[in-house]
Amino acid sequence: MSAIGDQAYLRDVAAEKLPAPAERTGVIGWLRENLLSSPTNIVLTLACIVVIAWVVPPLVRFFLVDAVWSGADRDACLASPLQTQPGACWAFMRIWFSYFVYGFYPLAERWRVDVFFVALAFGIVWLAWLSAPRRDLGGLYFFVVLPILSFVLLHGAPLIGLPVVPTSLWGGILVTVVVATIGMVFSLPLGILLALGRNSEMPVTKAAAVGFIEFVRGVPLITVLFMASVMLPLFVPERFAPDKLVRALIGVALFASAYMAEVVRGGLAAVPRGQYEAARVLGLSYWRMMGLVILPQALRVTLPNIVNTFIGLFKDTTLVFVVGIFDFMRTVEAARADPKWTTPNTTVTAYVFAALFYFVCCYGMSRYARSVEARLTRAGRR
Amino acid sequence: MRRLATAVALAMALALGTQAAAATDTTLAAVKQRGELICGANGTLAGFGMPDPQGNWTGFDVDFCRAIAAAIFNDPQKVKFVPLTAKDRFTALQSGEIDVLSRNTTWTLSRDTSLGLDFAAITYFDGQGFMVRKALKVSSALELSDASVCVQQGTTSELNLADYFRSNRMSLKSVTFATGEEALKAYESGRCDAYTTDSSGLYGERLELTDPSQHIVLPEIISKEPLSPVVRHGDNQWTDIVRWTHFVMIDAEELGINKGNVDAKLKSNDPETRRLLGVEGQYGEALGLTNDWAYRIIKHVGNYGESFERNIGQGSPLKIVRGLNALWTKGGLQYGPPVR
Repeated sequence: MSAIGDQAYLRDVAAEKLPAPAERTGVIGWLRENLLSSPTNIVLTLACIVVIAWVVPPLVRFFLVDAVWSGADRDACLASPLQTQPGACWAFMRIWFSYFVYGFYPLAERWRVDVFFVALAFGIVWLAWLSAPRRDLGGLYFFVVLPILSFVLLHGAPLIGLPVVPTSLWGGILVTVVVATIGMVFSLPLGILLALGRNSEMPVTKAAAVGFIEFVRGVPLITVLFMASVMLPLFVPERFAPDKLVRALIGVALFASAYMAEVVRGGLAAVPRGQYEAARVLGLSYWRMMGLVILPQALRVTLPNIVNTFIGLFKDTTLVFVVGIFDFMRTVEAARADPKWTTPNTTVTAYVFAALFYFVCCYGMSRYARSVEARLTRAGRR
Repeated sequence: MRRLATAVALAMALALGTQAAAATDTTLAAVKQRGELICGANGTLAGFGMPDPQGNWTGFDVDFCRAIAAAIFNDPQKVKFVPLTAKDRFTALQSGEIDVLSRNTTWTLSRDTSLGLDFAAITYFDGQGFMVRKALKVSSALELSDASVCVQQGTTSELNLADYFRSNRMSLKSVTFATGEEALKAYESGRCDAYTTDSSGLYGERLELTDPSQHIVLPEIISKEPLSPVVRHGDNQWTDIVRWTHFVMIDAEELGINKGNVDAKLKSNDPETRRLLGVEGQYGEALGLTNDWAYRIIKHVGNYGESFERNIGQGSPLKIVRGLNALWTKGGLQYGPPVR
C-alpha cells in the first residue's frame, strides 16, 4: 500500500480545460444528439428529409419563383409561351387587396379605417407590452377612449364633418377585426361574471348563470347568428331592430362569454379552498377577495385556455358571413369569383392568402400568451 | 316613478302606432322618402352581383336595381345593396329590410305561394347545362349516354341529371362530390367526361380550367331555372314598377333604343318609341313615377341587351350566349308587353 502511496502523484493545478469533443458540440453535436441519436432516429430523419425535399421545392416554385406578381387581368396568370407553368396569381391579390381590407367602405373615407387600425394597434401594444409606461392610462385609453373614437371614426359623426358610413358597407379585415375585438373585450368580463354567478351561493344568480351558459353552449354559433339576424326583425318593427352588424356582434359576444365562463370556472376550481378561507379570515369582502386573491391566481392558471378561446373566437368570426356580413373570408370568397381574374390558380392563391392571414394573427396571439405565461411562472416561483 | 313608466309606455305605443301607419304606406313612398332604394343582391356571383376591387357593385342583377333607382330618382347610384345569402334572402324581404330582391332567385310555385312574396318578371332564363371537352367530339347532350358526369351532391342539378338521362333512355354514370369546386376539379383531371351545373355558372367555372378553349358548353338546357326579382305581396304598384322596369328594357332593345341614341330617339316619329320614352302619353304617371321614367332607365343603365352583354355576354369575360334570353324576335323568350 505504502509503496503505491509513495509513488502517488497528486496533481496540484487543475487540468487545462479541453473543449468538448468536436462531435459533441456545434452543428455536428446538435445533429448527432437531435437527429441521429439512434437507428430509429436516423431512419426518421432520412424520411423527413425526403418528405421536405419532395414537398418544399414545388411549393416555393409555385408560390414564389413561378408566381405572377403583377398584371392587369387574368391573361397575366394564364399559361403563355413565356411561362408555360404559371404559379400563384399574386397580381390578383394586389388588385383586390384594398377590398379585402375595407370591403365596400367608400374610397374617400377609407383613411378613417386606417386611423382606426393605427389607434387600435397603439392600444393593443400599450396594454400588451408589459413594461410599457402608464399602463393604467393605457387601460383607460383602450376601454373608454378607443371605443368612442372607433365609433366616431368608423360610423361617422355628421356634426364634425364625418359622413355616416352604414355598417352594411363595412367589410373585409375591418369587420373581422371589429367582431373579434368586440367579442374578446366583452367575453372576458362577462365570462368572469358568469363564472362567479355559477359558483355563487345565491340560488337565483346561480340559476340564471347556469341557464345562460348551458343554453348558449347548447346551440351552435350559427344558430345564434341566424336567430339574431333572421328572427329578431320579424318580432320588432324595422326601426327598432338593431343594425345587422350590431346584432351579430351581440350574438358573438354572448356566445363567447358563455365559453369564457366555463374556462374561468376551471381556473376558479384550481385555486385551493384554503385561499378562499384565508382571504375571508383576513376580513376581505367578497369582491375584494375575488379581485385581490382568487381571480389573479385563477386567471393565471387558466391563461392558456383563455387564449385558446380567443383564438377559437377569432376564427369563428368567419361565421358572420351566414347573415350576409362580408368579413375577411367572405371578401376573399367573393373576389375569387371575379371572372376578370378566374384562372386555375386564382382560387388556390386566394385561399392560401386567407390561411396566412389567420395563421399570422392566431400564431401571434399564441406566442404572446406563451411569453406572458413564462413571465407569470417566473413571478410565481419567486 | 310609475308615471314615468306610463309615459314611456305611452311614447312606445305612439311610436309603434306611427310605425304601423307608415307600414301601410306604399313601398314607393317609403323609397322616395328614404332617398334611396335598398336592394338585396348576391355579392359573390360573377357577372350577376358582386363588387369590384373598389367596392362598387356590378352585375346583371345589380344593374336591374340601378334601373329601378334610375326610374325613381334619375340617379342609378341611389341604391344601397345588401349582400344576402340563399338562406336569409326571403326573410330580409319579408321583414322589410330590403325593397326588392334581385339575387338570381328561381321562380317556383311553392316560393310564389307560401312566402308572401311576388315574382315580378323573368329577367334571365337559366337552366342546367353540360360542359365537355372538345376532344370528346360531342355536340349534343343526347350523345352523352354511358359518359361519366361530375355533379355536386344533394343539389337539384343531381336530380335533374338523373331525370334527364332516364327520360331519354340513356345510361348514366354520375360521379358526385360534396362541393361544386371538387366536381369541377375532378372533371378537369379527367375523372369524368362531362360536368354539369346551372349554365350561368358553367361559363364562369370554365374560366377556372387550365385551358378554357378546350371545353365547350353544350346547347341543351335540361331544367327550368327562371330567375326573377322578388317583391313583397300586396303592394301592386311596386310590383308593377319592378315588372315594367324589366319590360321597358326589353322593349327598348326591340325598338333599337340604347344608351347612345336615346337622346336622338326622343325626336323619333315612331309612336311606340314616343310612348316608351314618355314623349307621348302619361304612362309613367300611371305607375306613380314621372313620364320620362323609361328614358331615365335607358339613359343611365341601357336596354336589356346592353346590360346583358356588358355584364355576362360578349363584353364580359363570361361570354354567355343569349340563347333563351334573346329577344322573341330573334328566337329567344324575352318578350316585353307594349307600352300603351
